[in-house]
Amino acid sequence: MKEQQYTVKTNEQIASSVYKMVCAGDASVFTAPGQFINIKLDSLYLRRPISISDWNSERGTITLVYKDVGTGTAQMSRMLPGATMNVLSPLGNGFDTTVGGPKPLVIGGGVGTPPLLGLCKQLVKEGKHPHVILGFNTKDDVFYESEFLDLGLKTTIVTMDGSYGLRGMVTDACLNVQADYFFACGPFKMLQALCCTLPAEGQVSLEERMGCGFGACMGCSIMTRNGSMRVCKEGPVFERRLLDW
Amino acid sequence: MVNTKISLCGIELDNPIIPASGTFGFGKEFAELYDINILGTFSFKGTTHHERFGNPTPRIAETASGMLNAVGLQNPGVDAVIKDYLPDMKTYFHKPVMANVSGFSIEEYVDVSRKLDQQEQVGWLEINISCPNVHGGGMAFGTCPTAAAEVTRAVRGVTKKPIILKLSPNTTDIAAVAKACEDEGADAVSLINTLLSMRISLQTKKPLLHNITGGLSGPAIFPVALRMVYQVYQAVRIPIIGMGGISSAEDVVEMMLAGATAIQIGAANLVDPFICPQIIQKLPDVMRKYGISDLSTIIGGAHHG
Repeated sequence: MKEQQYTVKTNEQIASSVYKMVCAGDASVFTAPGQFINIKLDSLYLRRPISISDWNSERGTITLVYKDVGTGTAQMSRMLPGATMNVLSPLGNGFDTTVGGPKPLVIGGGVGTPPLLGLCKQLVKEGKHPHVILGFNTKDDVFYESEFLDLGLKTTIVTMDGSYGLRGMVTDACLNVQADYFFACGPFKMLQALCCTLPAEGQVSLEERMGCGFGACMGCSIMTRNGSMRVCKEGPVFERRLLDW
Repeated sequence: MVNTKISLCGIELDNPIIPASGTFGFGKEFAELYDINILGTFSFKGTTHHERFGNPTPRIAETASGMLNAVGLQNPGVDAVIKDYLPDMKTYFHKPVMANVSGFSIEEYVDVSRKLDQQEQVGWLEINISCPNVHGGGMAFGTCPTAAAEVTRAVRGVTKKPIILKLSPNTTDIAAVAKACEDEGADAVSLINTLLSMRISLQTKKPLLHNITGGLSGPAIFPVALRMVYQVYQAVRIPIIGMGGISSAEDVVEMMLAGATAIQIGAANLVDPFICPQIIQKLPDVMRKYGISDLSTIIGGAHHG
């Protein structure tokens, strides 16, 4: 973990209340998709943990996709190109792509989707062909479909109200797909439902309120089958078999 | 050349900067970032008899100039601390460490203190009678002078190491609690633990913390902590470790002027993991700026003349 300065290059809305921010900074520190950074924002005491959607070490760019859900993310959404942010990065353990078969399922829910783009780029680099299933509430919430399609991946979009793609939940879309492994990121209830319905082994990325983001405060502990673990330090990505759901 | 050394219960510290229990784990996460031997010492994670998971999440919330926590004394238990954590700590921290003892009964404080007393690495026992996030213990001992006296007397009976009673601000007369500890043989007191607080989510219309209440820390509480250290200094002769929202070298000097012999840094470590080395680096400059050549001479300076 390093303390770094990131400079905002672009910051634009890509869906309802969802923004994509590309920053210039040292991207060589990231070792796995699913890692996150902790951002210091003006006038807020605690840093805000945001997952890395994608990064490019040669160009020195880091892509964050976040939803305006509170004071911190609202402030981020107003940042203009040239603005700087103090960040701690990289944090946490990301997805382990060395396990799982050649055709894993990659499942995202809402703003759990962003880190899955970096994940899929890594999987493709390793010669794998993930099937991507993304769930959103409604058409206005959908983002990143073309990014996954551009990777040449089969991409299924589902919306709760059926206004875009298939109607239903990601668990419905998973029923007809054969996969021996899955990677998922999204709301807690979605991850829980996936772990209860999918027979395959897999990894899920969890979210929790954090104090520090680097393992000091024990604010984000969860109980696992291997005892207590910190979402920020041992996670945020956990093997599903560790979760007692 | 300025002198930042101070003496805490007969043990000399290179500087008065001590990361506070619960914000520094067992030091390992920070030892990966910088050489933590530059610290005066640090107070490790509050340790109870049995392993504890603590409270359900969410355990953390933002406040104006601070934060709430309701971790609830998550720790591996004293036997695991002795068997696994302290031997590992020897590899990255070579100074006497402050052991933070937590409990739910007099017997538990005594039992944990007796075990940690046997550890050569432990320089001081900081007895936490002020955790606001556990029920049926912790803070209950720190809000009442007679209960605080009882814990002090019991722990005093099982260790010759310096004992520091960590006091709660959630009481009407913290000076009376400090005096009660001093009368029963406490070597020092540390204050303040967090202030009992809460936040409510406008979205869910429910408390933000699962535990409903939590402890407030951060710069928001600095003036409260300063006032309490000032009051306790007038009531006791034993050293005071001041803490509560300290975030700069200037805050350190101010807290020492109020009466602190050493200071602890808590919440600031979480927001800025390099805050302690930064303060240690800036302290000599701040001392020179305010004409201080020997830090130990300013302790309680605001009370004199």
